[in-house]
Amino acid sequence: METEAIEGGFANPVFDAQTMFRAVMDAMARPGTIQPCGELTAPPAPLSPVAAAVALALCDADTPLWLDPALQASPAAKHWLGFHTGAPLAHTPADAHFAIVSDPAELIALENFAQGTQEYPDRSTTLILQVPSLSGGETLHLEGPGIETSFAFAPVSLPRHFVEQWKQNRARFPRGVDVILAAPEGVACLPRTTRIKTKEA
Amino acid sequence: MNIADYNFAYLDEQTKRMIRRAILKGIAIPGYQVPFASREMPMPYGWGTGGVQITASIIGPDDVLKVIDQGADDTTNAVSIRAFFKKVADVAVTTETAKATIIQTRHRIPEYPLRAGQTLVYQVPIPEPLRFLEPRETETRKMHALEEYGLMHVKLYEDIAKHGRIATTYAYPVKVEGRYVMDPSPTPKFDNPKMHMSPALQLFGAGREKRIYAVPPFTEVVSLDFEDHPFEIQTFDQPCALCGAENVYLDEVILDDKGGHMFVCSDTDHCEKRQAEGHRGHLAPEAMEPAE
Repeated sequence: METEAIEGGFANPVFDAQTMFRAVMDAMARPGTIQPCGELTAPPAPLSPVAAAVALALCDADTPLWLDPALQASPAAKHWLGFHTGAPLAHTPADAHFAIVSDPAELIALENFAQGTQEYPDRSTTLILQVPSLSGGETLHLEGPGIETSFAFAPVSLPRHFVEQWKQNRARFPRGVDVILAAPEGVACLPRTTRIKTKEA
Repeated sequence: MNIADYNFAYLDEQTKRMIRRAILKGIAIPGYQVPFASREMPMPYGWGTGGVQITASIIGPDDVLKVIDQGADDTTNAVSIRAFFKKVADVAVTTETAKATIIQTRHRIPEYPLRAGQTLVYQVPIPEPLRFLEPRETETRKMHALEEYGLMHVKLYEDIAKHGRIATTYAYPVKVEGRYVMDPSPTPKFDNPKMHMSPALQLFGAGREKRIYAVPPFTEVVSLDFEDHPFEIQTFDQPCALCGAENVYLDEVILDDKGGHMFVCSDTDHCEKRQAEGHRGHLAPEAMEPAE
């Protein structure tokens, strides 16, 4: 194993994990808001520091991890995640508790991931999408729990047909996937309850 | 060595991660009870182990913690949990609602309006609102899955048939975001309207029953009722005897064995604040110095 796989984890595992979790929790509770979190990790490419920090804060041996083809192709990223989280790799996206996606534009359809069951909707995949920025893209108007009226949000390079896919994800409620967007400026979340409109109704 | 330096916030990191994942799922599915692997805590089940585990998993060195027990900051449960976190996490503690970032509560919501950025952590004894109607977990889970809540309305209807009104006064069932029926924990129904569209995040932990659930900010929380028997909160005939507050939840305090009693604010912080501002109820000591 290269030293690359060992270096670049949390400098303060306890407090960095708490900082990252609180950023994700606040982002999940207020969909679309950008929660700054700094760069707490230095992972090998194509893993981004923020997505890696989310994984370190939430993943461990209990959470099978699915990696998109770009990450699968990088032994350094796989070894780094394996060393720092101990998470096993999921055989299929439907087995994954978390999925890390370095190239969201090429992501397979959301319905391939675990959706949970009607009795246990929590048994679903949480997607960690690495995006270059949380602003400057097409404006999405978010509504739903955590949002007082409506919230404008414009991340770039979302998965293809994301608005349509998200509508289907929303229709499966309480089943469905949740999304954590990791960008250099911080994290933002789309829980399955959020409704997206592309233009002001 | 300081225990907060040795092992911050009591729980080990793997346990915190497991609880944190459950909290995120809870927020994503408002009102749904997420199972989690509740740990033994250094206090008995029924003393708030669920709330303590949530607080231990979310708290950081910059947080300011307030703990209340039936509205009071100075009762046994509140004092010991506050002391616990002061010891194991070395965090700042307060009794002032406005200054706290995390408020752990047993069965009240503070009178002072909560703001965005605050987190309210409830200690929950029985998280399943349908449990006393259907004891089997397999069945209640199916009822939630199928959104089959007729039994709960039958129960409220039976209240009306027996008493002429809905006689449930605490743990009054609510529907969250039009989907899940949820137990708001045994808070008086007086507090139910405060949960609706609250700017604060509300997390619920049931340690013995091993369930975590959540209500995100700005989420619809509607108390169940009937068109001809709409939901009503408790009202009080008199103001607080110490601070004269109206439209707050009052506790009855027995004064002697001749039937003497008075009603005082259940929220001690709210009452002390008002007295410090010069408000006086009819039993307040006249010469009392304003609180610091």
